[in-house]
Formats: sequence, C-alpha cells, structure tokens
Amino acid sequence: MQDLGIQVLFQGRNFIRLWEGLWVTLRIAVIAMGLSVLLGFLLGMLMTIQNRTVRCITRLYLETVRILPQLVLLFLVYFGAAKHLGLNISGEAAAIIVFTFWGTAEMGDLVRGALIATPKHQYESAGGLGMNRWQTYFYVIIPQTIRRLLPPAVNLLTRMIKTTSLVVLIGVVEVVKVGKQIIDASRYQTPTAALWIYGVIFIMYFIVCYPFSRLSLWLEKKYKN
Amino acid sequence: MDLEFMEAHLPLYIEAAVLTLRIAAAGILLAFLTGLITSIIKYLKIPVLMQIVNAYIELSRNTPLLIQLFFLYFGLPKLGVVLSSESCAIIGLAFLGGSYMSEAFRSGLDNVAEIQTQSGLSLGFTRSQIFRHITLPQAVSTSVPLFCANIIFLIKETSVFSAVALADLMFVAKDLIGIYYKTDEALFMLVSAYLVILLPISVIASFVERKVRYAGFGDTSTVSG
Repeated sequence: MQDLGIQVLFQGRNFIRLWEGLWVTLRIAVIAMGLSVLLGFLLGMLMTIQNRTVRCITRLYLETVRILPQLVLLFLVYFGAAKHLGLNISGEAAAIIVFTFWGTAEMGDLVRGALIATPKHQYESAGGLGMNRWQTYFYVIIPQTIRRLLPPAVNLLTRMIKTTSLVVLIGVVEVVKVGKQIIDASRYQTPTAALWIYGVIFIMYFIVCYPFSRLSLWLEKKYKN
Repeated sequence: MDLEFMEAHLPLYIEAAVLTLRIAAAGILLAFLTGLITSIIKYLKIPVLMQIVNAYIELSRNTPLLIQLFFLYFGLPKLGVVLSSESCAIIGLAFLGGSYMSEAFRSGLDNVAEIQTQSGLSLGFTRSQIFRHITLPQAVSTSVPLFCANIIFLIKETSVFSAVALADLMFVAKDLIGIYYKTDEALFMLVSAYLVILLPISVIASFVERKVRYAGFGDTSTVSG
C-alpha cells in the first residue's frame, strides 16, 4: 500500500533512535565545549601576557585553527594519528580532540577580548589590596568577564553543535547514519523515507540550536546595559 | 614523504580546488543576492514577506550545512526534484550564506544613525536619494568586514561537499588515502591546498577592510556613547 512516508518515523523505535543518534553528536559538542571553556580561559590569560614568543605562538595557533576548515582538522587527527602515533582512535575521540582544539582557540580569543576590555584599575586595585596574580584573576577579573563572555560563548556552543554534524564523515554512528539505516531498511515499504527522515533531522537540529541562539541574543540584550 | 607521488597527483588537487572555487563563487554570489534582497525586505518592513524572511533566516542559521545538503540531495528527489550534486552544493551554500549575508547587511543598515536620514531630509534629498547616497554607502562600509568574514566562512564550509558526491578537495584526499594509503602526502596536500586558497583571500579581506573604513562619522556608537 502506498502510504504517507512519514509513518516510517513511528515504526518501532525509529524516532527514538534518531534522537539517540543526535545525542551522540550533542555529547561530543557538550564535552568539547566544556573542555574548551576551561582551556580557553587559560589560553585567554596566556594571550594577554606581554611576551613576544607567547604572543607569536598563541596567535599562530589561533590563525591556523581559524583558517582551516574543521573537516580538514578532523581528517588530520583521524587519519594522521592512526598512522603516526599508531593510535587507533575512534571517530568520537578524534572529534572531541578536534572540537576542543578548535573551541579552545575561539574561546581563548573571546576571553582575551574580555580581559582586555576590563579596565586596568581593576587589576591595580586588586594588586593594591595585596592579591596575587591568581587571586586577582579568580576573585576580581573573571567574575566580571562572565557577563561579557556568556552571550558569545552560548553562540559558540550553537556553532559547535552545528559543526559536530561533520562527524558522520569520519564514521561516527550518529543521527545521519541512523537515518540512513532507517531509509535502507524501509526502502521497499516506504520509498519516500529519505525525504521524511532528512527533513526530520533538519528540524531536529533546528529544535536543538534555536533555543540556544535565542538565549544568546537575550543574554546580549540583557547585559548590554 | 613521497614527492613523486605528490607531483603525480597534483593535477587532481588542482582540478578539485578549481571545482571548489567555482562552486564557492557561484554560491557566494547567490548568497549575496539573497542577503541583499532579504535585508531590504526587513529594512522596509514589508508585511508577510518579512515574516517569511525571518523564518528563513532562523532556519538557515540554526541548521548545519551538511544536513541541508543531505535534504537537498537525498530528500528532494523523492518529491520529484532531482538536482545534480553541483547544483545542490550551490543551492545549499546560497541557502546557508544568504542568512549570514542578510545579517551582515542589516547590521550595516542599523548602524547608520537616524540623524543621517534627518540631515538628508533637511537638505532636500528624497527618500531614495538618501538611501542611495547616504545610507547605503555607510552601511556597506560597516558591513564589509562581516562580508569578508562570511566569504571565508562559506569557503571553509565548502569542505562538506564531498558528502553529496562532489569530487572536491576532501574527496580527493580521502580517495588517495583509501587507494594508496599515502596518508601523509594526501593530508599535506589537502592542508596546503586550503591554505593556498584561503590565505590570499584573508589577506585581501583585511586589506579591503582597512580601505573601506570611512563611515566613522555619525556612527551610532560614537553619537550615543
């Protein structure tokens, strides 16, 4: 019987399986984002140090990561590491490494911007109160940068979620792969499955990313004044 | 590294790079047009069309290009719309880039202070003269850095085209790794190819940005600040 292709979604656990697939990429994005925030703060602080060598190296790192497509970085780690380090890392591990590497650079630059925008007298006053470098950062500067950093950091998270969709190309079984399995399995009963499955995956990504981009906008407006 | 191997397969990379650039050029041009039209619709606040444009922008900004491509390439044929991989790639890039370009235009238009229009009116300009001679030049000047960033972003995004069976740089690299297991050479040439494409563009972009930074006067940030 020729029926509506959308039924394929509700056969068995198909719909749940798709969400489970999406969770695989989301998990990569969330782990990489968490690590990026931590390392990004360190990198941002490092980038404000008045030292030529440190500046050169951090700048080079940032520009390299920015100019190469993320997929190229993924290939480098996934295929390169397997050959040279003799490591047979999973696609998922490679993805976490690459997205942390990329996220750290982006986050570091954001932190650097926020640190520079913090008035100098904040540092000096903290010094005047007898705080050392770490105390100054921890108790005085970083709490002030949070407001400035939150909107772009949430934005980075949405970019991270969108970019992690690439992991299907290095063989991670995620939402697109699950979608393909469903399409292949129902090739004869529902020939139009591809339309519905890819349409639904498209909407699923939107459902996940949209709230974050709204949140980012809202935070930006809220912290403006 | 095997230099002979690299030399022998250089033409493959050049061909792929040319293909990537051609599609990027077509996609970016279309994206630019889409951005121009949608931002004018938003600027003039045309009812109905504006809601459609807003929905389009949110959809395109909150979904990954890869998923958009999958939908175009594998999903749409089920509706009878069969597109070649090349047109899929161009349409996908235009769909994604259109919203980014639109936002760039809009932020440029928003950045032109109200006082500029008022001054124009008091000098006896008509609305369309004001738009052509006063608003637009200043808007373009402030949007150019965003355009440049978008162009680089879109060229980087072209790296996912191999997913819709387009023989681009990633495709060639993956092929060479698969057939000859010359991982180093293939990856080295891949990275070099992207650097050869992207470095000059980013240098030109920063040069252009410096050239067009003339719309400082009447900037909202300096007037209200």
